[in-house]
Amino acid sequence: MHAFGQILKIETRLFLRDFGSPLTTVVLPLALLLVFGLIPAMREPDPQYGDVSFVQYFAPSLLVITLAMSAVNILPTVLATYRERGVLRRLATTPASPAALLAAQLVISLATILVSAVLLIAVGRLAFDVPLPRRPLGFTLALILGTAALLALGLLVAAVARTTKSAQGLAVPLFMAVMFFGGVYVPRFLLPDFLVQIGDYTPPGVQALLDAWTGTSPHPLHLGIMAAVAVAAGAIAAKLFRWE
Amino acid sequence: MPVIEVTNLHKRYGDLVAVADVSFTVEAGEIFGVLGPNGAGKTTTVECVAGLRVPDGGGVSVLGLDPRRDAAQLRQRVGVQLQESQLPDQLRVSEALELYASFYRDPADPADLIDRLGLGDKRNTAYKKLSGGQKQRLSIALALVGNPSVAILDELTTGLDPQSRRDTWALIEQIRDSGVTIVLVTHFMEEAERLCDRVAVIDRGRVVALDSPAGLVSTVVPEQRIRFRPSAPVDDRLLTDLPEVTAMQRTGSQVVVTGTGDVLHAVTSVLARNQIIAADLRLEQSTLDDAFVELTGHRPAE
Repeated sequence: MHAFGQILKIETRLFLRDFGSPLTTVVLPLALLLVFGLIPAMREPDPQYGDVSFVQYFAPSLLVITLAMSAVNILPTVLATYRERGVLRRLATTPASPAALLAAQLVISLATILVSAVLLIAVGRLAFDVPLPRRPLGFTLALILGTAALLALGLLVAAVARTTKSAQGLAVPLFMAVMFFGGVYVPRFLLPDFLVQIGDYTPPGVQALLDAWTGTSPHPLHLGIMAAVAVAAGAIAAKLFRWE
Repeated sequence: MPVIEVTNLHKRYGDLVAVADVSFTVEAGEIFGVLGPNGAGKTTTVECVAGLRVPDGGGVSVLGLDPRRDAAQLRQRVGVQLQESQLPDQLRVSEALELYASFYRDPADPADLIDRLGLGDKRNTAYKKLSGGQKQRLSIALALVGNPSVAILDELTTGLDPQSRRDTWALIEQIRDSGVTIVLVTHFMEEAERLCDRVAVIDRGRVVALDSPAGLVSTVVPEQRIRFRPSAPVDDRLLTDLPEVTAMQRTGSQVVVTGTGDVLHAVTSVLARNQIIAADLRLEQSTLDDAFVELTGHRPAE
């Protein structure tokens, strides 16, 4: 336990020291929220967003940025790099386990996602009249399952990739798909219906987040798919993951 | 009682036999070298000793412990420096040592170790910014931070410049003097000759020789070679009749005599009796390099 605490402390420091990681996971979504929020028209409810403001409508997609960056981009890249450079193997020769390093990375991912979610919700509420999630339980559940599904996919990439380069090669298209279907590149109301529907079932499940935020119960099937992806990808990753 | 005992170790990866049959023992306080051409099974052997791999056959005992069954205990007492293992770029020297120190029950003082390894002015430097030699010293420091009884160092000086290599050798001798038993995997014969009390030469997964470096040289390639320029013509028979001399050659004005035992004394005596002066006299003794080639049929790398 002592070793895990030390590893977590060091890994957190490395995460913060690597300028790009906190920037893309926490600062970028928050900055986008501020930019959109400062445009008055974006704060007006509009029927094309389902009678909520664009800021509200887009907030779950901002959260998708954090989730995608953290879970399917940074996590697999860091793990593949550590494996390729022999960091994990070296840990295996000490009384500490490389599993502690994996756990520390997961904790950092989760903490990043939590911090970003809290910031987006709080700033949205305080600055731009975005209500707090109206279904807090449903929202929490949707966030947990969506996070779990993406982290499992990130771990799967880390498990399948043999090198840092191939991890990035796999992570980038996955990352782009998650961002696209999460409505980050193009707001979803501009997408054709069938793409929107694919997006409903693409982790982390942006529709479930939006529903719970604005007051509808997240659809059980949306949540069920996230849970299924989490379990399936997680199980395969656990089976394939190698420390060296 | 030996510190490390390896008996009939056997390890396969699928169809590939990495280690066919390796046995050796390492005594307390020794620097024990594991030599061999690339792919001979050196690294696999020490990985089994360190408990990183499970042997398919044979036994390994380290400090009386079974590397598999007593893994937790063993890791507290064996420090390992692996081939090509690096650290995160942004990790600083002092952070790395303090982190690794936290894994052990009775660690060395990281600050003290940093000074001992000559990294004092680099303690706040990121790993990425260290030179090859400094990275290597940090890696050795990490293997020692747990105050181990045994240190396993794999390809210690590969990629280092000659000065860093010599500095590293001096460091290894210091570590041994502090009572640590050292297993050194290397393909540098000069390194083995300089550091090791005994060496095992491994080729194609088997131990082909096990002796002190000097012992290995004298039994495997006992011949010595003497070169000189005689001050007056020498009759071949004068030299070839000596029982110590096995061959003689002339190249230009130079004479090259090959022989065994006390050949130098025999040759110089017979020359002196005939009032011939041997100018530019050089004695070329076989080195571990020659022994290695003789044993494995390979030229050592580099």
